[in-house]
Amino acid sequence: MTVTTITDAELAPKDYASDQEVRWCPGCGDYAILKAVQKTLAELGARRERTVFVSGIGCAARFPYYLSTYGFHTIHGRAPTIATGIKLANPELDVWVITGDGDGLSIGGNHMLHVLRRNVDLQIVLFNNEIYGLTKGQYSPTSRRGTRSPSTPQGSIENPVSPCAFALGAGGRFVARAVDTQQADVVAVLKRAHAHQGASFVEVFQNCVVFNDGVFDSFTAKDAAPNAQLHVEHGKPLVFGPQGERGLRLKPGTLALEVVPVGDGGVPRDDILVHDETNRTLAQLLVGLEPPAFPMALGVLYCAPTTSYEADVYAQARAAGLGREVPDLGALLTRDGTWTVG
Amino acid sequence: MAISTRPRARQARESVVIRFAGDSGDGMQVTGSRFTVEAALAGNDLTTFPDFPAEIRAPAGTTYGVSAFQIHFGGVDVTTPGDAVDVLVAMNPAALKVDLKDLRVGGTVVVDTGAFTERNLTKAGFPANPVEDGSLAQYQVLTVDITRLTGEAVKAFGLSTREAHRCRNMWALGLMLWMYGRDRQVTTDWLHRKFADRPELAQANVAALNAGHAFGETAEMSEHLVGYTVAKAPVEPGRYRAVSGTEAIAWGLIAGMRGAGIEKMIFAGYPITPASLLLHTLAGLKAHGVLTFQAEDEIAAIGAVIGAAYAGALGVTSSSGPGMALKTEMLGLAIATELPLVVVDSQRAGPSTGMPTKAEQSDLFQAVHGRNADAPLAVLAAATASDGFEVAIEAVRIATKYMTPVILLSDAYLAHAAEPWRLPDTSALPRFPVHYRTDPAGFHPFLRDPVTLARAWAVPGTPELEHRIGGLEKDYDTGHISYDPDNHARMTRTRAAKIAGIANDIPPQRPALGDDHGAVAVVGWGSTYGAIHQAVREARDDGVDVSHIHLRYLNPFPSNLGDLLQRFDRVLVPEMNTGQLVQLLRAAYLLPAEGLNKVEGKPFKVAELSAAIRASL
Repeated sequence: MTVTTITDAELAPKDYASDQEVRWCPGCGDYAILKAVQKTLAELGARRERTVFVSGIGCAARFPYYLSTYGFHTIHGRAPTIATGIKLANPELDVWVITGDGDGLSIGGNHMLHVLRRNVDLQIVLFNNEIYGLTKGQYSPTSRRGTRSPSTPQGSIENPVSPCAFALGAGGRFVARAVDTQQADVVAVLKRAHAHQGASFVEVFQNCVVFNDGVFDSFTAKDAAPNAQLHVEHGKPLVFGPQGERGLRLKPGTLALEVVPVGDGGVPRDDILVHDETNRTLAQLLVGLEPPAFPMALGVLYCAPTTSYEADVYAQARAAGLGREVPDLGALLTRDGTWTVG
Repeated sequence: MAISTRPRARQARESVVIRFAGDSGDGMQVTGSRFTVEAALAGNDLTTFPDFPAEIRAPAGTTYGVSAFQIHFGGVDVTTPGDAVDVLVAMNPAALKVDLKDLRVGGTVVVDTGAFTERNLTKAGFPANPVEDGSLAQYQVLTVDITRLTGEAVKAFGLSTREAHRCRNMWALGLMLWMYGRDRQVTTDWLHRKFADRPELAQANVAALNAGHAFGETAEMSEHLVGYTVAKAPVEPGRYRAVSGTEAIAWGLIAGMRGAGIEKMIFAGYPITPASLLLHTLAGLKAHGVLTFQAEDEIAAIGAVIGAAYAGALGVTSSSGPGMALKTEMLGLAIATELPLVVVDSQRAGPSTGMPTKAEQSDLFQAVHGRNADAPLAVLAAATASDGFEVAIEAVRIATKYMTPVILLSDAYLAHAAEPWRLPDTSALPRFPVHYRTDPAGFHPFLRDPVTLARAWAVPGTPELEHRIGGLEKDYDTGHISYDPDNHARMTRTRAAKIAGIANDIPPQRPALGDDHGAVAVVGWGSTYGAIHQAVREARDDGVDVSHIHLRYLNPFPSNLGDLLQRFDRVLVPEMNTGQLVQLLRAAYLLPAEGLNKVEGKPFKVAELSAAIRASL
């Protein structure tokens, strides 16, 4: 056996890149997310040998091949199941799940529900481009009504699912959002997701240049962004606009949010809601906001940690004797009574 | 009722088949299990066959709510639950209706007349009381008001009517234990343990048990109430216990994990009859390094254990036919990524939901071939309940040595059936330590052992072996994604050669009984072992030139199997399906093998096989 000396030398983002040629379409949002993930890993000082990226099927699912960590490109929709097994076998590993809107919410919707509800300690990053890219452009479960695609030539007649609303409904305890090209925000959100014990769900709006180009322009285009993006921060008022001149408050007499002008000529600053990321009700209101009437809420929308699934599994197992001296197999075979012949 | 203290002579019996039958709430499984323990402790060989409905609590008194437990015990080698029933204990009219057809002519039927009310008779579909209208004339009928006698026996303990009624099974058990001269002490102790927090229930059940026994001892109400003796079986000396197929497989998996030197087993399953028992059994064995995970569906269950295997644990999942179908795509992933996995399939009657509690052997094709593309894996089958122990160890050995999924075929019968098992010497079990790759020199994930063709097992956490695997085709020489046509052909052939090569690492096939050549070979696999064995033994005793060959390895076949079968004039293949092994044998060896097929959700009877053997001459 070769003895390997581990050094804690700092790794740069490029050290997390594999030697494989990246094969996404030119201009795809996935490139930006890959860069952001590599930067995140470098800033976290992630140990490559202890880091595992697990993906399903789709454009996003090629992700593990482009990283120098351990990686498992699995099958359509099932990455959360394999990631759960990895954490059960070795809770020390740092496991990321890379998925998409079709992979994670259509074919794999059931697994997404359960991995969130169980609170397995994973970082789940869902690239939402509202389309099936790898299969050439069919509408997806997050596509808006009216989306024209090869399989919906007259426009989709289905109602889309909101990934973050789904995650909250499934009992997810960390729910966050970012936009692919806003690298600093993506890195910040991924670092928070990594710090969270339990299942962290991050939706990244990802632009598909080939089949759904510009679908998020209403809040990601340069000129629209300041007025259409609400960057939430725990303990800070929910304000947006170039100068923070607009804010959210609870519409009096209702359980709904409204956009109001803040400060001079507007409502007093104290009337503006302050973000409390531990408040599930507030998170549910925030994930429901949609442009153009409301800004798109980005950042850590909800974070309320509790013990992770695998921590509880091991606590139970230890209580049942795991980790103590392994019991004798013979004792197990004879414990319900035996008889002797001859 | 005349009371006699005259001790009556007991009659000797070589072996006896008793079936306890009643409503699913009447506790027939417990009754049968307790009789099993007492018979085993008395030194009998035995085989049991629980037969219960898919409904948990079907409406009381209906025929589809009948639950039965059959035990065949004797002073001889007992390999099947018995073709025909010698004694039927019918706790209500529905049980009589359902189970009478299996009672041999001249057999004894014990009837609880207290349960033969007009209402229960109507529910069971009897226009008149069969006990009174002469329709049981060809049997010996022992009518006892077990309901009333139980009520009297437990009166002192202040139970509710319902609780008192539920002691009837112990009364019936007491009578049967008397009839075959079996002890009650172990059951008495068990009742005190079981009802430790309700002493009055324990006392009432013991009183009912004793009352049933005393009834046999003292009553002389019927000439049919005769005691019997059944001698001890001539079995090998050693320490024994009773074991079900499920228990044997569970413990075999643990023994296999230890043999492989793996610290942890991750077992994931989704509830499905009859496979759930394995999940239940392993859930209580965490101290042995087993973590169980009840997944959200069958796919998640196998996904989790593939993940666990990737991370270096022993991954095991289990299901039954419909669930196996759901796991299919994941099996392909495990084959493509070449990860070790054990998948236990407790086969049941199908297609689709079929008959969930009834046994069949109809998943063989699914196990061997049921995946998209060329996707070979190893398939083994347990022949008897206790055989599950060795087969599970072997499944772990093959999975880890060859880095492949292994399907272990069991069935609904083996899952529940129990038999005595001579305990193995646990210090002498097979050892086959796995080697996790740690050396980065020259490493790539599809680097193969030149002999086994198994790829290296490099687990996350190991420095400098970071690599990526997945379902996409990989380059033979680098492990990177490859769409090269020649490479795909090479990888496909390599995956096939790896599984085929297992044939060189398993024992050559030997007949289970009889010569390695002759007129007829009866070739079986799985739970038909007992019935085939008995039929072949009887035929050989009558001078018939017949051998029993039983396959543990179904893919690949043992390397000498073709030659062995060629040395017989005829090859007869009994299966509880419409002919699956027979087709595999014909395809592999161009043999004119003939099928004998039964798909009734019930095991073969010895007589059915005996007739087929004679007809094939």
